[in-house]
Amino acid sequence: MRLLLITLLALLVATVVGLGATWMTATRGTDLGTLTIGAWTARPKTGTSDVDPYSRATITRNGELPIGTGDGVAFTAMTDDRKKPLDGRCDVVVSGVTPAARFWTLTLYDQKGHLVANALQRYGFTSQEIVRGADGAFEIRVAARSRAGNWLPTGGIERYALMFRLYDTPVGVATRTQRDAPMPQIATVGCP
Amino acid sequence: MIRLLFTIIAGVLLGGVVHLVSVLALPRIATQDAYSRLTPLTKLNAVTRLPPSDPSNTVMPFLDPAFAVAVCRYDLSGGPIKLTVPVSQAYTSVSFYTRNEVAYYAINDRSAGKKVIELDLMTEAQHNDLPEDEEITAADRLIIDSPTATGLIVLKALAPEPGLMPQAQASLAASSCAEQADQPAKQAEAPRGKR
Repeated sequence: MRLLLITLLALLVATVVGLGATWMTATRGTDLGTLTIGAWTARPKTGTSDVDPYSRATITRNGELPIGTGDGVAFTAMTDDRKKPLDGRCDVVVSGVTPAARFWTLTLYDQKGHLVANALQRYGFTSQEIVRGADGAFEIRVAARSRAGNWLPTGGIERYALMFRLYDTPVGVATRTQRDAPMPQIATVGCP
Repeated sequence: MIRLLFTIIAGVLLGGVVHLVSVLALPRIATQDAYSRLTPLTKLNAVTRLPPSDPSNTVMPFLDPAFAVAVCRYDLSGGPIKLTVPVSQAYTSVSFYTRNEVAYYAINDRSAGKKVIELDLMTEAQHNDLPEDEEITAADRLIIDSPTATGLIVLKALAPEPGLMPQAQASLAASSCAEQADQPAKQAEAPRGKR
């Protein structure tokens, strides 16, 4: 009787620990093969055949298709440069320069990866439609209410993610540091 | 007390095994993966345009709304597939995924270097069965080996401004993905090669 109880307890612990760890890694991701530059994180290896098992689990669970290495690379930011989570009610400024690429796009998603509805039907910017300063640098204001210049509406949602995709770019598996890939800064400049 | 501690340690160790097995099994048992989501929307061995990305359309998460997207869901068991994608003005790319969403190959318009991206997709076995004809192995015919018999080809054309979206969609509409028509001719050639 006691042996049975103990075996059951061990199996219960195994199930909780095992499936719990799998759930955690599949929903939050792991640090395997990540490239972090400022607030931005990319996993260039997810676009190749030697993608790690954790990324594969996350990809199939979310039902997404990773961007292939011959196509480009995708960077995600969930926080600003000071690790403050991106809040749709605040004014966030994305500014600076971008790594070499033929095109880039910046897109705003909710936490499930869906686009956020807004009256302008603006879900992001491409490198061609952005208004730049004389030195080639740009500034995008991510805010709930209309702003001058490059305004990206948040729809006032509490948490969102920014995705910065580079197409036809040398940035990829071999990239290590900010010097290879100067990513734009993200700063929260004011909250109501 | 010692016995309880031992039980918990054994449970945690066994949990590690459960974790590894479930992570490795997840791609195979997932029912909401991209391939399963696209299956009801797409035709087999044909190009299907995906509806434009907007907040009401939640086919797949994290699609880039700046792109017109079309999908060819392929099955190579009937023979190799020929893919032709005319290049749009801004940027066009073609990405290949296995049944379990491993991106095994991707090419863009510049690396293709022509006005039309032309590719032959086949399994490794079909590639090996190809007659070794110099005309066929010529550089103008790009052959991709698919690790699995089924999978997805994703065609993307960039609209650098929202107003250019119809143009991007039009260039994808002219693309094709079909089983090779010259299949019988090749079979007729094969016995001749043996003699």
